[in-house]
Amino acid sequence: MNDIDVASSDIAIQSRHLTVTYGERPVLWNIDIAIPRKGITGIIGPNGAGKSTLIKAMLGIVPIASGTVAMCDRNGRTLSGDAIGYVPQRSTVDWDFPTSVFDVVMMGTYGKLRWFQRPGKSERVATQRALEFVEMQDFATRQISELSGGQQQRVFLARAFVQKPSIYLMDEPFAGVDTKTERSLLEIFRKLRDDGSTVVMVHHDLLRAHDYFDHVILLNRRLIAQGPTKRTLTESNVETCYGVSHHMLTTSVDVDRDFHTAAV
Amino acid sequence: MSVWDLLSDHTVRVVLLGCTMTGAVSGALGCFAYLRRQSLVGDVVSHSALLGIVLAFWIVYGVTGQGNRSLMVLMPGAFVAGLASLLLTRRIQRGTRLKEDAGLGVMLAIFFGTGMMILRYLQRASPPIPGRAGLDHYLFGMAGAMTRADLWMIAAVGSAVLIAMILTWSRLKIITFDQQYAAGLGLSVNGLEVLLLTLIVLGIVIGLQIVGVVLMISLLVAPAAAARQWTHSLGVMVWLAGFIGGVSGAIGGLVSAIGPSLPTGPIIVLNVTAIVALSMALAPKRGLVSKWRRRKVIHVD
Repeated sequence: MNDIDVASSDIAIQSRHLTVTYGERPVLWNIDIAIPRKGITGIIGPNGAGKSTLIKAMLGIVPIASGTVAMCDRNGRTLSGDAIGYVPQRSTVDWDFPTSVFDVVMMGTYGKLRWFQRPGKSERVATQRALEFVEMQDFATRQISELSGGQQQRVFLARAFVQKPSIYLMDEPFAGVDTKTERSLLEIFRKLRDDGSTVVMVHHDLLRAHDYFDHVILLNRRLIAQGPTKRTLTESNVETCYGVSHHMLTTSVDVDRDFHTAAV
Repeated sequence: MSVWDLLSDHTVRVVLLGCTMTGAVSGALGCFAYLRRQSLVGDVVSHSALLGIVLAFWIVYGVTGQGNRSLMVLMPGAFVAGLASLLLTRRIQRGTRLKEDAGLGVMLAIFFGTGMMILRYLQRASPPIPGRAGLDHYLFGMAGAMTRADLWMIAAVGSAVLIAMILTWSRLKIITFDQQYAAGLGLSVNGLEVLLLTLIVLGIVIGLQIVGVVLMISLLVAPAAAARQWTHSLGVMVWLAGFIGGVSGAIGGLVSAIGPSLPTGPIIVLNVTAIVALSMALAPKRGLVSKWRRRKVIHVD
């Protein structure tokens, strides 16, 4: 099922026999993945499948029990730390923290700062550019507590953009944003992809996955399938991953969305 | 006696300077504990420090045959015990199923309980240990007991802590706001955590003589809570909390110097609580009065 048929220089992220445990409990088991450099890759699976853990293991935020994971640039050099643009889930921080939009985005430059060093002019310029890229320049001095969910997501994206990474790892960037915001975020992700960045994101529902992703990784503790979306996101693979049929899932999600729209 | 007479008194000046510096340092550092929702950590550190204080006193007595209550002797003990309680809590949290708050509670009970036991023993030991009188001032604080050497100790440690905070500002800010992202950037989150905890512990132990282990938590957290109401910038918040802590400390020291038998801790707590209450009521945007007025405006519309 692992039908990755590209030359290795086209692979941005590769893991071999990756196993991650929380205490004694295995969360990810023997994962072999290869994420292509070009395109947007969706990591898809049910709740508790270990999707967020997978990108945290790639970043070195959670310890790896066994196996390896490597991220490389075009020339095969290993990437780590601030060369990877990490966009965590919005809910992981306190948005009532006393700071401005500009300051949060500027945190993207901190990885390059030495001890005792404070951000200077070049960091400010880069921050301004990142804000313009996500169209948040008018919000630069705003308190982060005043932002909507979509604006928070743009701020996090800009913070990763400041790092000028070649790989973006995003954790549920569409969680809790409205459809219009989802569209405009997707535009930004496509722009990143077209500029040559590797975009990888954790995504929890199957709705529109066919439109969003060039490649998918179906995950449920183990790797279920990976490859180009059309070939991989099949009825039978989804059934193996979620334990129910694809049709049933998308229909139920549709009904759910309609219900929410009607309720609003 | 007028305020000027008081200020010209040497002892009062020592007390006043010590209280101001202590309040400023713990107020500034308290912002980080407050924003990380780790206020309880401060309480555990200060209570646990009692064990270090009495052990340090006991050891020095055993070695020299003379009790010594100077900060030079007791502060290292307080620091080691305070930091140990936190590091042990982290170990418990990682190695067992106990959650952080339970681990902190357990540590506080063990360290403070043992500290109290040894304190009582030292106080009642016969023949009496020379120099033991006033050791129990560490429970509720006694600014008047401060000597010139103690003041120098507070000044040296306090300014070292503030300078370290300013130098590592960016990193302390990022691990306080978003630890996962900081780890993703490749920053050593564990090392920075220990650094921040060390600074907080130092900020606490310099205040124990003045405020006491039981109430020190208020000088750590209350200035931060008050400052948070007035500003939306971490930098302003830290300076403002330092200022509020300093003023509260100064007033507490003065009042306790006038009425010599009053413990300093409770007076400082009353000051700082009044400032918190005023801030919560009056601050623009976050204050209750401003919220109430906004609600009224909407109502009229």
